[in-house]
Amino acid sequence: MKSLKLIGLAFGASIALSSAAFAQDVTIAVAGPMTGGESAFGRQMKNGAEMAVADLNAAGGVGGKKLALSVNDDACDPKQARSIAEKIAGAKIPFVAGHFCSSSSIPASEAYADGNVLQITPASTNPLFTERKLWNVARVCGRDDQQGLIAAQYIGKNFKGKNIAILNDKTTYGKGLADETKKALNKAGITEKMYESYNKGDKDFNAIVSRLKKDNIDLVYVGGYHQEAGLILRQMRDQGLKTVLMSGDALADKEYASITGPAGEGTLFTFGPDPRNKPTAKKIVEAFKAKGIDPEGYTLYTYAAMQVWSQAVKKAGTTDAKKVMETMKAGKWDTVLGPIEYDAKGDIKQIDYVVYKWDAKGNYAELGAKGS
Amino acid sequence: MDYFAQQLINGLVLGSIYGLIAIGYTMVYGIVGMINFAHGDIFMIGGFIALITFLILISFGLTAVPLILLIVLLVSMAITALYGWTVERIAYRPLRHSFRLAPMLSAIGMSFVLTNYSQVAQGARVKPIPPLITGGHTLHESADGFVIQLSNIQIVVVITTVVLLAIFTWLVSRTRLGRDMRACEQDQTMAALLGVDVDRTISMTFVIGAALAAVAGLMYLLYYGLVDFFMGFVAGIKAFTAAVLGGIGSLPGAMLGGLAIGLIETFWSAYFSVEYKDVAAFSILIVVLIFLPTGLLGRPEVEKV
Repeated sequence: MKSLKLIGLAFGASIALSSAAFAQDVTIAVAGPMTGGESAFGRQMKNGAEMAVADLNAAGGVGGKKLALSVNDDACDPKQARSIAEKIAGAKIPFVAGHFCSSSSIPASEAYADGNVLQITPASTNPLFTERKLWNVARVCGRDDQQGLIAAQYIGKNFKGKNIAILNDKTTYGKGLADETKKALNKAGITEKMYESYNKGDKDFNAIVSRLKKDNIDLVYVGGYHQEAGLILRQMRDQGLKTVLMSGDALADKEYASITGPAGEGTLFTFGPDPRNKPTAKKIVEAFKAKGIDPEGYTLYTYAAMQVWSQAVKKAGTTDAKKVMETMKAGKWDTVLGPIEYDAKGDIKQIDYVVYKWDAKGNYAELGAKGS
Repeated sequence: MDYFAQQLINGLVLGSIYGLIAIGYTMVYGIVGMINFAHGDIFMIGGFIALITFLILISFGLTAVPLILLIVLLVSMAITALYGWTVERIAYRPLRHSFRLAPMLSAIGMSFVLTNYSQVAQGARVKPIPPLITGGHTLHESADGFVIQLSNIQIVVVITTVVLLAIFTWLVSRTRLGRDMRACEQDQTMAALLGVDVDRTISMTFVIGAALAAVAGLMYLLYYGLVDFFMGFVAGIKAFTAAVLGGIGSLPGAMLGGLAIGLIETFWSAYFSVEYKDVAAFSILIVVLIFLPTGLLGRPEVEKV
């Protein structure tokens, strides 16, 4: 494992060195897990970034200069992310699209702030990323608390007057999500009948399930990961409950269906709409497909991050990170994800979540207009 | 009342699984006087072997559920027993006459070895299986619509536990092997002088403990529908607690302790907060040990001279 990481590092470094050869060019960076368990997402980011740089250069570059890309591997490890960030800042690279994991993006952002690097994350949804009042951070994806809002809207519309329970697994992600949903529900005048926490890693939820049964719960909202949510669902069905389970984007994983089996049918969760289906992305998706790449997951998000930055640079007339960020937060940008506007913190103003539903065959689909 | 009955069922089934694992701890402690910290991981290995056997049988096109279960049970007991024997042979036997803490440290090391071995060999993600034993029975429906549900898999878990406990109680109290085991427990030197093969008896203890852990692993796989490489740790800690609570060294004590921990956790979650169920279980353990230092059914240790 260690040697793998070293190879990854050496690989990243060699790319960084090779791109430094174009001294007159502007070098920008993409950083994410190119190796390790999350490497599939890193590859998506790399694909998106390479395509974006090629397209921008074909259109004449940025401010008359060609762009060069530096690819960096953090293996989703906070320590490695931090050291990469320092390297990028040291190389005077003005912009980085990254990282993937919130736990990497957050520590890295401080090094970027000190080194005058603008950071747009295509994938990190933890609110803390933009909540620390750093001047240099922004994202093109949604936030976990926006998910809570969408979930609460759906519940308010479809489960009005029914019994609601909220569970969470006490993790940053799970409890954050559950609390935001609870807040939004209470604001809409809905009070949950039960609010409980469990331990992440537990396997036996029969006691909680019997409580849900006693309180005649119609919908249980789980702030947690797919493994525990799957077990809760399975044990609910074993005890004869028909309660609907709803959760967040952690359920967008095929493993959920393999834990629940066909019983998972009807489970709801919030997740970003598939960007490949957006009209603004049609042309780019075709261009990717012509190259034999499926622009899945965060490919187009990374592409969009590059688009936002390049348009802001053109408008600001400089690559200086502070000035570009000011311009970015003041304007409106056309991207493959549709128009993007920023608030003062660097979050997008558009709420980018929809409700999905699992079917009996182990696939999920957007509920569409009738859902939310 | 119905709610209480439902939670009682939940607690008894959970307790049965804890009890099955706890027997392995208690047997080894009774004979060698050491705590086999790798036992939780042997349980995890048992779960994985059951899963692998199950998948192989499915790929051969076998569909008869009772036959599959029987084969899976026998294969996982046999292979896990082999693991138990190997662990004892390479990690504990060479240290038997070393100082008291050495085998325990070796056991902790063995636990890490097994956890990491299955993480590397099987991957870090959970491994689910489709539900094998489905369906259940509605026992009673109260006026407000609360239904007591007893699923078939819960029945299987409890019956398997009771049958196995009966078999092993008979083994220890009625057979030649059981007599050897009890002799080694009392005085190894004396037992050896009277013609008991101490090494073999100790090996057999580990083999039996591992086979029981394999059964627990299979029950766990069937009941919760998944295994992962880390499940041995928490389950092992709980089962060890159960063994101590019941009186370490005592076979029925381990079962009783397992049931007690399962029921405490369930009823605490049922009537108080789910968050503090582990705190409740361990607090009760401490209280019991203050008043009954040898556990519920333990005998005070007699200093051997």
